[in-house]
Amino acid sequence: MKSIILSSATRLLMPLMLLFSLFAFFRGHNEPGGGFIGGLIAASAFSLYAVAEGVEQARRVLRIDPRTLLGIGLLVGLISGLPSVFKSKAFMTGVWMEQTIPGLGKAGTPLLFDLGVFLVVVGFVLTVVFSLAES
Amino acid sequence: MTSIVSLPIVIPLATAAGMLLVRRNILLQRVIGVVGSAALLAAAIKLLYVCYTEGIQVLQLGTWPAPFGISLVCDVFSGIMLVLAGIMSLTTSLYAVADIERRRTAFGFYSLLHILMMGICGAFLTGDLFNLYVWFEVMLIASFVLIALGGEKPQMEGAIKYVALNLIASMILVAAVGLVYGLTGSLNMADVAVHLRDVRQEGVVLGIAILFMAAFGIKAAVFPVFFWLPASYHTPPAAISAVFAGLLTKVGVYALIRTFTLIFTENPQLTHAALVVIAAATMLSGVLGAAVQMDFRRVLSFHIISQIGYMVLGLALFTPLAIAGAVFYILHHIIVKANLFFVSGVVHRLRGTYDLKKLGGLYATHVWLGVLFMIPAMSLAGIPPLSGFWAKLAIIRSGLEIEAYWVVGVALFVGLLTLYSMTKIWAEAFWKEPASPGPIGYASTSGLGWMVVPIVLLAAITVAIGLGAEPAFEVATKAGQELVNPQIYIDAVLGGRQ
Repeated sequence: MKSIILSSATRLLMPLMLLFSLFAFFRGHNEPGGGFIGGLIAASAFSLYAVAEGVEQARRVLRIDPRTLLGIGLLVGLISGLPSVFKSKAFMTGVWMEQTIPGLGKAGTPLLFDLGVFLVVVGFVLTVVFSLAES
Repeated sequence: MTSIVSLPIVIPLATAAGMLLVRRNILLQRVIGVVGSAALLAAAIKLLYVCYTEGIQVLQLGTWPAPFGISLVCDVFSGIMLVLAGIMSLTTSLYAVADIERRRTAFGFYSLLHILMMGICGAFLTGDLFNLYVWFEVMLIASFVLIALGGEKPQMEGAIKYVALNLIASMILVAAVGLVYGLTGSLNMADVAVHLRDVRQEGVVLGIAILFMAAFGIKAAVFPVFFWLPASYHTPPAAISAVFAGLLTKVGVYALIRTFTLIFTENPQLTHAALVVIAAATMLSGVLGAAVQMDFRRVLSFHIISQIGYMVLGLALFTPLAIAGAVFYILHHIIVKANLFFVSGVVHRLRGTYDLKKLGGLYATHVWLGVLFMIPAMSLAGIPPLSGFWAKLAIIRSGLEIEAYWVVGVALFVGLLTLYSMTKIWAEAFWKEPASPGPIGYASTSGLGWMVVPIVLLAAITVAIGLGAEPAFEVATKAGQELVNPQIYIDAVLGGRQ
């Protein structure tokens, strides 16, 4: 059953939640937050949309199949461990950029790893939520 | 270049993740599954070679020094286990091409198989207790899905028993890990081993040791906590039950051997004496359970339990020869047991049933299958010159050396009963007149070649280990020497920081 209140509220909330998930993701670089919690917030935004507009519509808005996101996330996490190997350091050693990015600070492979976590969490949660809602 | 130590974890992860991206293409999944497994096997062989020639390889992940970061440690024992995991991954991937139908493949059989492999390899490599728990969880989650994959009714029943008991084991394990951390302030296995020497509260250490024994015991399916295994292993398709039968319980045995040679070695007259009794009871209850079964795979499942008893016995006797014997036993058993499950799958393919009462006459129609069954079956029973004979010989000889006669008697008796069970399968499935001439259930010979190739491969390895027992046993002996001298492991991990 479609509810117009939920539908309009979602239209307002979803962009905010997605922005907040990005904020939590980048904040986690040095303070509480990070890929896991950011991913959960992003996934809950899409879950809310699925409740309001139906799973079919939510899948269309997400554009990518959540299981593909899961795969990409795993690969991104894996790739973040590799630069150190090419610098002949141990696997998963953090490699950092020389310059700082304004507003973000120093970026490096941990950020990439966190992005992988973000994608895996979004992919996993949405796989579960969508298939539960469809069954 | 120690980054090679991480390869057995990285390769299955990359394979599994890559396959999530090509979910819809069944052919590509099968190709990637086989190629990824071959790469895993190659990396494992290389790693074993490096460990054997240059000693223990240690990788401090992220360059965080031990005991603060997570160490990946590969000694010869880990190396052997990794090679076995690689062999199982490759043969299962080949076998699954024909055995796992499109529906299960599309659902992600191959990515789950490789996630399972990642968990198993991680457990073999890690030098950190909490990390070991995490790898066990990775492995369990993948195996939960694999055992339920397809959603047939008996599968669900088996899966629930499997999940429930394994979750209890995980709970005990994480509690024990927490207690170790509280007592020593460290989770690095080498560091814990060093610190536990100075702990005065012997009772607490003993209690923790028993908790570890219980947790790994459930996962290894030893007496009296083995009931989940025969209740669940015969329910999924043959490819899945073969990889479970071959590898999963052996991870529990691996963890038992690792912790009770490295960490809990202070009180062997209690812990290892208890293990002797457990081992004897496990051998007996497994083989007696098998004697009354009339389902092909249930007979084999009960035999896993009795064979686990031999491995635990090797650890329990706690002499260099016995530990080497246990390692050799694992090496022999994984290959043989998985192969028997593979054969059972082919029998099911041909006749449409696993029920020994309904089977029969296979020797008349499929002589080659009879031969391929005989090799692993006779090896399991310990007939010379196959691999099982040398494995049993090492364990029994080490038992005689320390004059543990009663348990040697049990081991010999169980060997005899194993031969009885294998003869029973032979007589029922291959020899006797079939009750009805045609196949009983759904039967098909399409793609049978994919299922036979892994069986031939594993049978060849069994014969090779049997005839070339000398070099194989040399590797096992090297592993045993490293295990009975934990100081080698500790020095390799901690270096000068002790």
